[in-house]
Amino acid sequence: MIDKRVRTLAEAVAGIKDGATVLCSGFGAVGEPVELLNALRDTGVRDLVCVANNAGTGDEGLAGLIRDGRVRKIVCSFPRTTDPHCFEAAYKAGKIELEIVPQGTLSERMRAGAAGIGGFFVKTSAGTKLGRGKETREIDGELYVLEKPIRGDAALCRADRADRWGNLTYRKSARNFNPLMAMAADLTVVQVREIVDLGSLDPECVATPGIFVDRIVVA
Amino acid sequence: MKPLTRRQMAWRAAQDLEDGAYVNLGIGLPTLCSDFVPEGREIVFHSENGILGMGPAPKPGEEDPDLINAGKQLTTLVPGGTYFHHNDAFLMIRGGHLDVALLGAFEVSQGGDLANWTTEDPNFPPGVGGAMDLAVGAREVRVLVEHTTKDGKPRIRKSCVYPLTAPHCVKRIYTNLAVLDVTREGIVVREMVAGLDLAGLQALTEATLILANDWKKLEAPAV
Repeated sequence: MIDKRVRTLAEAVAGIKDGATVLCSGFGAVGEPVELLNALRDTGVRDLVCVANNAGTGDEGLAGLIRDGRVRKIVCSFPRTTDPHCFEAAYKAGKIELEIVPQGTLSERMRAGAAGIGGFFVKTSAGTKLGRGKETREIDGELYVLEKPIRGDAALCRADRADRWGNLTYRKSARNFNPLMAMAADLTVVQVREIVDLGSLDPECVATPGIFVDRIVVA
Repeated sequence: MKPLTRRQMAWRAAQDLEDGAYVNLGIGLPTLCSDFVPEGREIVFHSENGILGMGPAPKPGEEDPDLINAGKQLTTLVPGGTYFHHNDAFLMIRGGHLDVALLGAFEVSQGGDLANWTTEDPNFPPGVGGAMDLAVGAREVRVLVEHTTKDGKPRIRKSCVYPLTAPHCVKRIYTNLAVLDVTREGIVVREMVAGLDLAGLQALTEATLILANDWKKLEAPAV
C-alpha cells in the first residue's frame, strides 16, 4: 500500500542533513511551507543552501532559518520582498552568500533538474552583468546563455489538498513554484491544508501527480 | 510647460494597449495602467506568479491571501482568468507569448537598452525578479519613466550607466514630457507636452532626439 502521510512536522523533515540544498517554495509568503521550514529549523540543521524566489518574509519560515544562521547561501531572484529584515541583517553582517538568478531562469533550471536535462540556452541575461562569465552561443542570430540545472536534496512545498498517494491540488496564486520544486528534489515534502480519501480529488484538477511526492503532512 | 502626473503617464500608456492584448505590467508605475484601459477593450493582464486575467485590487471583504500580484499585493481574477505554475508563467514571458510588457526603468539608451534592476547601491542587496525575462521575451517592451531624475539628470541616455536588464529591447518610452520611439535612426519624438519644443526636450535628454514630422501634443485628462 502506498501511504505518504506522516503524522508530525518533525517526521516530515527528518533526514535533511547539514549542507543540504533545499528548494523552498513560495512567492513571498504565498505558497510558502512556513510550518515545514520552522520544523526544519527545529532540527538544528545548518550550512544549508536554500533555493527560493525571495529570501524570507517576516520572522517565520525561510526568514527564521536565515535569522538563526542556518543558511550558508541563498539562490533567489529577488531577496527584498515584503519585510525582508532577517535576510537584510544577515547580508549586511556578511553571514549569507547571495546568488541572484533571473526568475524565469531559476524556474527553468529547476525544470531542467527535474527533467534530466543537463543544461539549456536562454536569452535572459545575455549581454548583462548576470550573464557574464557564462558560456554563450549565437542561435539564429540571437545571443543565448548556457544555464545549468538545479536539483535539491530536498524540496519543501505547500499545497491545498492531497491524497495518500501524494497527488496535490493548489489554491490560486499559491501554486507558483510548488509543482516545479516538487519535481526537482530527491526528497519532496509537502504540507497541505487537508488530506482527502484516495479517488476523491478530481484527476483533471491534480496539478502535481503523486510520483513526485515523498511525504505529506497536514499543517 | 506642464508635465504629466504619474497617473496621467499611466493613462497615456494604457491608450496604446490594443483590444485582445496579453500584457504584463511591471511593478510600480506600470501597475497603474490597468485603471485606464479604454472602455470596450478586453486586455488580459499576466502576472509572473501564475495568473492570466488579473483583475483590480479586491474590494473590502473580498480579499484572498492566496491571490497576490507580482508586487505581492492582494489582487483578483476576472471571469475567464486562470492560474498556472511559475514555469508556465515564464514560458509565456520568454517564449514571446505576451504582446506587451510595460516596465519601469532607471535608464533607457538611444539603442533601446534597458536598465531597471539595480543601481548597485551597496546599501541594498541586488534583486532582479522577472525583469530580465520580460525584457527579452515580450513581443514588445514599452517603458514608463519620468523624463529626468529628481535632481534633473536625464534618464534617456546615449548609453546606460547602470547595469543593463537587456540590450536593444525597448520599443516605446512614455515619460512625463513626451512619447518616444526607439528606431534604427535614433529616438523619435512622437508627442511632447504643450509649451515644450525640441530644443527644450533635447536639453533634458542625453540621447539625440529626432522630431517626427507628424508629432502631436501630449495630452491627458485629469485622472
